[in-house]
Amino acid sequence: MSRLGDTGRWGVGLALGVGLCGYLIAFQGGFSDWLTFTILGITTGAIYAIAASGLVVTYTTSGIFNFAQGAFGMLGAFAYWQLRYDWGWPAPIALAAILLVVAPLFGALVERVIMRGLEGVSEITSTVVTIGLLAMAIGIANIVWPPAGRRVDQFFAGESVTVGAINVTWHRIVIVVVAVAVAVGLRFLLYRTRSGVAMRAVVDDRSLSQLNGGNPGRSAMLSWGLGASLAALSGILIAPLLQLSVLPLTLLIVNAYAAAMFGRLKSLPLTFAGGLVIGIAENYSANYLDLNTTEVAGVSLAGLQPAIPVILLFLILIALPSERLRTGGVQRVRESARVPTMRSALLAGGALVVVTIAASRVMSTANVTRLSLGLATAVIILSLVPLVGYGGQISLAAMTFAGLGAFAMVKVADGPGPLVGLLAAAALAAVVGAVIALPALRLAGIYLALATAAFAVFMEKFIFTQSWFFGAGSIQVPRPEVLGLTFDDDRSYLVLLSVLFALLGTGVVWLRRGPFGRRLSAMKDSPAACATLGLDLTRTKVGVFAFSAGIAGIGGALFGGVSGSVSSETFLFAQSLPILLMGVVGGIALVSGALLGGLLLQFFSTVGENFTLLASALFVGPLITNFALVAPGLIGILLSRNPDGLAADLVTAVARAGRWVREGRSRPEQDTGPDPLDTATFERPLTPAERAAVDRALGLDPQELARGSA
Amino acid sequence: MALLEARGITVRFGGHVAVDAVDLEVEAGAVTGLIGPNGAGKTTTFNVLTGLQETTAGQVLLAGDDITRLATHKRARRGLARTFQKLEVFSSLTVWDNVLVATEIHGSFSGGGRRHHERTVAAVIDRVGLGAVAGERVDSLPTGQCRLVELARALAIEPRVLLLDEPASGLDDGETRQFADLLLDLVRDGLAILMVEHDVPLVMEVCEDISVLDFGRVIARGTPEEIQSNQDVLDAYLGSELG
Repeated sequence: MSRLGDTGRWGVGLALGVGLCGYLIAFQGGFSDWLTFTILGITTGAIYAIAASGLVVTYTTSGIFNFAQGAFGMLGAFAYWQLRYDWGWPAPIALAAILLVVAPLFGALVERVIMRGLEGVSEITSTVVTIGLLAMAIGIANIVWPPAGRRVDQFFAGESVTVGAINVTWHRIVIVVVAVAVAVGLRFLLYRTRSGVAMRAVVDDRSLSQLNGGNPGRSAMLSWGLGASLAALSGILIAPLLQLSVLPLTLLIVNAYAAAMFGRLKSLPLTFAGGLVIGIAENYSANYLDLNTTEVAGVSLAGLQPAIPVILLFLILIALPSERLRTGGVQRVRESARVPTMRSALLAGGALVVVTIAASRVMSTANVTRLSLGLATAVIILSLVPLVGYGGQISLAAMTFAGLGAFAMVKVADGPGPLVGLLAAAALAAVVGAVIALPALRLAGIYLALATAAFAVFMEKFIFTQSWFFGAGSIQVPRPEVLGLTFDDDRSYLVLLSVLFALLGTGVVWLRRGPFGRRLSAMKDSPAACATLGLDLTRTKVGVFAFSAGIAGIGGALFGGVSGSVSSETFLFAQSLPILLMGVVGGIALVSGALLGGLLLQFFSTVGENFTLLASALFVGPLITNFALVAPGLIGILLSRNPDGLAADLVTAVARAGRWVREGRSRPEQDTGPDPLDTATFERPLTPAERAAVDRALGLDPQELARGSA
Repeated sequence: MALLEARGITVRFGGHVAVDAVDLEVEAGAVTGLIGPNGAGKTTTFNVLTGLQETTAGQVLLAGDDITRLATHKRARRGLARTFQKLEVFSSLTVWDNVLVATEIHGSFSGGGRRHHERTVAAVIDRVGLGAVAGERVDSLPTGQCRLVELARALAIEPRVLLLDEPASGLDDGETRQFADLLLDLVRDGLAILMVEHDVPLVMEVCEDISVLDFGRVIARGTPEEIQSNQDVLDAYLGSELG
């Protein structure tokens, strides 16, 4: 493959496509079937392409991959419904209002208020902020448009024309025309207009474009406005073909991700081609293959069809050329969490267990269950601390590994017993984690995030739905036994959970303080330097990925033990998003952050459950029921202001208070002293700290500046 | 035979030839200089030598073995270390941990226990003169000291060949003096050093053999004296820095 040039690859692809079509026409039902399915495929593919092109435009101009692109499209479709059907505006006016006014303003506002604050943060933080935006958008849509049988009609009321022997609705023709118009329009905008050229200049070199009088901020706002508008357009076009409901519309974007990857997040023509390929593959597989009733060696293929876009996404990702190790200076990220000593980790773990024992004695049964869920969630979030927090690798599949853990627990506990089950949970998740990591880990940043998302959706659609996996409905998850002690009583199970969290948390701190942890931090700071020192990056990444998956597996088994049963709906991809969100919100490089995140997440959903009585209060009700989404989303977005997370603030505050108590008075600490940039003056030589601060502020060596180098 | 050798290495970025059939020889026990105006291809050459950049053509040999297709970390394990022009320090770790990581990575394939690692770290930090700031986080240090951290880190893997990319930028005059002594000290121990540097007096003082790159080509090679009087070199620099 790599020996083939791009042209060669296209030739092979095209030949295979033509061959497949020939085969389908000749042996599988003839020309008119083929034409029908192809037209269906092209039209859905065209919608993916429109959404994906918006994604590409915002990514290339602002450097931020907008995971909320689908949510923008969903909001656009609902807003259109509001104007067109609830308020009865004529379609052209409603369309113009949404596509030319509301959506662009919304996109520009998001850029100005949220995204612009993200300069200088790590890719993890910026990813999480857009995921926060996604969660928030879902919450808001649920509040403003509570589920009800809304529908958006096809354009031209579903009328159709006859092409050859088949009927094509006007709606589908509109889709194709719009997609072509978008393609031509984008091309014209980017290459023939001043704003477009400015946008492309920002892509090439942000600081250079700034030096030449460009305004990257304005270009970014423009691109986010354009991206939001394209998202809304795709949402409005696809809503009549699907249904007007929040989650399916939002998650449809995963298909557009695949299209965008096809264009390597750069090329718009390839993005459009990718959209078409995915749309067609989806329709052919739905119509030509009888997957729903097919079984291969006891594995039902029913879940394969909805998983096809993510399978393609995964394949495209692993076919991407290996990312070259980038050099060009370590990015100074704003995050900087401290590493606790083993002593304080042990003390904190002990304190957690003591507090939990006390709490378990006085709390109501319902609250014991809630706290247990919180602790089990905290274990799952803890799995992200070494991976995301220390190693700087993004995973959107924490819940998927948790699901594998629960599965192993169920299957093994019957035979060798539940404690072995817990170990099996860790082992199975770790092995699958390592296997998935091997192809995916050549990728970094958002590519890795997308690969894990594709894996999560694949597992959710194809594996977790198998009857041998989580049973037909739900399946019983046993609780571990330790040395003959059982934990059938909810209060004792809660204590067990706190002990296990404390143990695992201490283990994670121990790992961070040891050689492997140092290596992970080094890898996060500079992969290139690590390689030039002899570090095998792939092995290190596979190692931490497996370790992380193992913890998530244990977390999943424990999580299942709280309520006693899990189903195929327990470990959805969408649930991994709040996990990552709350992890980063708590402080992703901190064990205490994982605990805080887990408890907060549980607290938010409790608030949601408990106050449904208030639902009668017109607006507050839906707000409260969606609190579990809106709150993490909101806090996630606020992260652009404080990338270290909440727990970091708490730790700093506690540490400061502790010192204050010990020393009897507060002494200004070095890192809380005055900003060296403020104290720097020309009247005396700079101190080393001031010199460092000035260097950093300039982002260049003073000598290099003196040479006037480019 | 030179310890590290480049034979006709070429790098093309699209239509632009960044490095054009460059030959280099780096001998053990000497500092070899690689100089040239900005954009001449010096850092790209370093990236090729360390495997961070693929070559379009040409070969890289380490102690006679062809390592052109070898992964970066495998070259490091064969004794090739480098520093970076644009800093690649582990900024969230202390100076001590920066060097310790390198020692541990090296130890993971060459053996040695914790005591041994700590002795190595202490010795290396002492040698480059960072003892006073060993406990500081690297992101609190000025650029010059960060360069020394990179040097210490590279030395910690006990290399045979060391590539230094503008190691003296950010150092003041006194620090540059000490640095020159350190370099001469290192080559006396048998290390082979290839150095890219703009501080011409420093280059002329420590290098025995200098190659000059311009527009991706080697336009001159020779002793400091030969280079200083070479007309092509003077033209390339437009008489700016060489004196």
